[in-house]
Amino acid sequence: MNRSGVLEMNRRSFLQLSVLAGGGLALGLYEHPKAMAQGPGKPPDLDPRTFIRIGTDGVVTIMARASESGQGMRNMLPMLIAEELDVDWKDVRVQQAELNEKIYGTQFSGGSANTPMGWEPMRRVGAAGRELLIAAAAQTWGVPEAECTTKSGRVLHAASGKSAGYGELAAKAATLPVPALSSVKLKDPKDYRIIGHSQKGVDTHALVTGKSQFAIDVQLPGMLYASIEKAPVFAGKVKSANVDVIKALPGVRHVLVIDGGITPGPITPWEPGMEPGIAIVADTWWQAQTARKQLKVDWDLGPAVSQSSEGFTKRAEALLQAPPAKTVRKYGDVDATLKSSAKVVEATYQYPFIAHVTMEPQGATAHWKDGKLEMWSSSTLPGNGRDLVAKTLGIHASDITTHMVRSGGSFGRRLQNDWLVEAAWIAKQIDAPVKLLWSREDDIAHDPFRPGGTVGLKAGLDAQGKVTAWRHHLITFGEGNEIASGGGIGGDSYPADFPPAYALYTSVQPLTLRTGAMRAPGDNAYCWVAASFIDELAHEAGRDPLEFQLDLLSNKKAPWKSDGGDAVGDHEPTGPSVLIPERFKGVLNLVAEKSGWAQRTKTPGRGMGIAAWFCHLGYFAEVADVTVDADGKVTVNHVWAVGDVGSQIINPQAADSMAQGGIIEGMSHLGQEITLADGKVEQSNFHNHPLMRMRQAPKIDVYWRKTDYAPTGLGEPTLPPTLPALTNAIFAATGKRIRTLPLKKSGFSWA
Amino acid sequence: MALKLTVNNVETTVDVAPDTPLLWVLRDVLDYKGTKFGCGMGLCGACTVLLAGKAVRSCMTHASAAVGQPITTIEGLSPDGQHPVQVAWEALDVPQCGYCQAGQMMSAAALLARTPHPTDAEIDTAMSGNICRCGTYPRIREAIHQAAEAGAMSPAK
Repeated sequence: MNRSGVLEMNRRSFLQLSVLAGGGLALGLYEHPKAMAQGPGKPPDLDPRTFIRIGTDGVVTIMARASESGQGMRNMLPMLIAEELDVDWKDVRVQQAELNEKIYGTQFSGGSANTPMGWEPMRRVGAAGRELLIAAAAQTWGVPEAECTTKSGRVLHAASGKSAGYGELAAKAATLPVPALSSVKLKDPKDYRIIGHSQKGVDTHALVTGKSQFAIDVQLPGMLYASIEKAPVFAGKVKSANVDVIKALPGVRHVLVIDGGITPGPITPWEPGMEPGIAIVADTWWQAQTARKQLKVDWDLGPAVSQSSEGFTKRAEALLQAPPAKTVRKYGDVDATLKSSAKVVEATYQYPFIAHVTMEPQGATAHWKDGKLEMWSSSTLPGNGRDLVAKTLGIHASDITTHMVRSGGSFGRRLQNDWLVEAAWIAKQIDAPVKLLWSREDDIAHDPFRPGGTVGLKAGLDAQGKVTAWRHHLITFGEGNEIASGGGIGGDSYPADFPPAYALYTSVQPLTLRTGAMRAPGDNAYCWVAASFIDELAHEAGRDPLEFQLDLLSNKKAPWKSDGGDAVGDHEPTGPSVLIPERFKGVLNLVAEKSGWAQRTKTPGRGMGIAAWFCHLGYFAEVADVTVDADGKVTVNHVWAVGDVGSQIINPQAADSMAQGGIIEGMSHLGQEITLADGKVEQSNFHNHPLMRMRQAPKIDVYWRKTDYAPTGLGEPTLPPTLPALTNAIFAATGKRIRTLPLKKSGFSWA
Repeated sequence: MALKLTVNNVETTVDVAPDTPLLWVLRDVLDYKGTKFGCGMGLCGACTVLLAGKAVRSCMTHASAAVGQPITTIEGLSPDGQHPVQVAWEALDVPQCGYCQAGQMMSAAALLARTPHPTDAEIDTAMSGNICRCGTYPRIREAIHQAAEAGAMSPAK
């Protein structure tokens, strides 16, 4: 695994993650595991008494182990426990767990992994709790356990007519030996009363009354507020500053120069260390922020100052013309097949850097007292955050308490803990509770961006219009064999396995900038490239794009077996990480049916596009219907989406919402761009890094195709097909193929 | 400087620089944390509150400009979470991350107070200043229609 391996949370790495899905998961993701304060342990044996508390009144409290950023983790995981515990959801109270992987197992949220990681263990925790309650009742009544049943939080013994509520049995049950989780009996899915039934978000009432606590809302007695000024260029250092002037401004208590721990180089690790800057700590955040405007800093901008988007593009174009540096995967004789093909289609696709822009800017609260640290963190990799803080501050991880606070969105951003380390570092310097908050401008300038890329594609078609060969050359960022976080591509990325001959190459250029995982990392860019090019090929072949893809999917080669030397670790040739063509075709066929694909009419200025993708173990196909006016203004009229994430949609109301949100985010991605000039990020706020707004949101219909596979996550796979479905629709409407993003670079914009 | 503000029907005096944004007075001086910070430029609407019944971006409103006018935050939209907008938002389980939703609900409440039965176009106009990064717009739209049907659109006090 290379040091950027954390970014490739796609289907291939998923199995690897599952294996590590205990305390070791976060460490398995991290690029420098040996430097971590704690070694990767074996996943703990989960104890139902850790997750479930039952009051004498029968109220059941279930611990939510994962962090909540809006994906509904506080509902989904406790719902699995409650189902098998056999209680009514109305009697359940959900409580957020603190960070403690030794008892909760993994507390990571990302990679759409909580459903597959939690599906078995959480149900088994619930079932083990139920068995303990049955045992307590059977012993109390002197009857065999096998004669007892449960219903709605009660144990029943039909023969004697006896029954007892869980609340009456809990004290005794807590003293009994816990059954092995592997041997507990699970419900027949037809008996589910919670799984598959919409359950309102456990925080919804608090949210609509303004009472829910986000990271930004944490308040401690005597707390101070911090704001940090960083160099306009990544990793630039402070040479000198008017610290004494700032110290005298109203409300200012401390001004701290952060030397930071980053060594700027041609590749930036996942967690490169603290970025240099100047922290201003004041009585209120507004005072800190106001004082910041008076700062005069002389920066040593360092090597990143020479970077520019223009330079990246020029270098990428040169690399595209040169022989590829690395072969990720190759089968068949691609070059010879291309030469002998009836038709060769060639295209270059380019996509930009984009920023996460979570609605809640980054920040955290920390309190250093008597050699111990308490943190209020919205990290989605909270174990990594704790260990990184321990390493940076030179303290033991066991001296850190982490409270997991709801965040105002993550989308991959809160997998990285830079902001958490900053808050902890300031707290240790000033010996007082402190809340750090970034401004929106800080958030955009210092994001771990989704890296941009350039892709050269060449494919052959035979006389019947079938694909003969596919050659894919990705120009990304990195050094040697190491690829910048979030910039890699897997050798099994669709449509690999399907063309008779295939080659995937990469070449890299250096990048001194933080990059990271954006919702559906990798896939959010490659799906657009590949599914757009497939649409091009269908048109070149004179075939319907749906029929063309169904045909392509009918020709699967043996799955790829990596040699283990690729960017993301060993690949398993079997299991849920391997694309199953029937599932891919299933979502395509159903979305075609729901959208009336076959009956679509061809009107100038209006068109429909189709695209499908497989990532994070989930299959999604989407059709978009757009109108484009004479000025290139695009209105999205309607999007149909079909997802296959296995046998159960655990919380349907939340799942539909998540899918709609993924589609709207996909629209946003088409319009966004982060550019650099003289090493500086040129965008600063929502006016120049825009998000979709109400007036642009289309009608969206979401359908689920349930299949006989274990349930998997859906936060990420909903997003990627949106981009090519839309750009393919714009092509259908206008005849203009979009190969460069954002849309404005191809002459289009949102209406 | 001492400023007299009326927030959610409670009169209070704060000692802040007069150009302090109302947002930070509400959040960090008066502890009304339901109102959120998103951009500081009036671009996202996360900080929306009602000033004399009108939706304003509190990150761009000086505290001194709010003197003498009733301020309503999400905490004061209703005493019990029963404002039709809150009821509809909860019934449809609108929030994902939920961070923007207080601002969304304040904009929706202001819209419904002046236009009790808005069309989709009127919703688009009134709500396009409020960004939802999670993309809950379809649910927000539905919730506004549902709140409109529930009626009782008395202006928020």
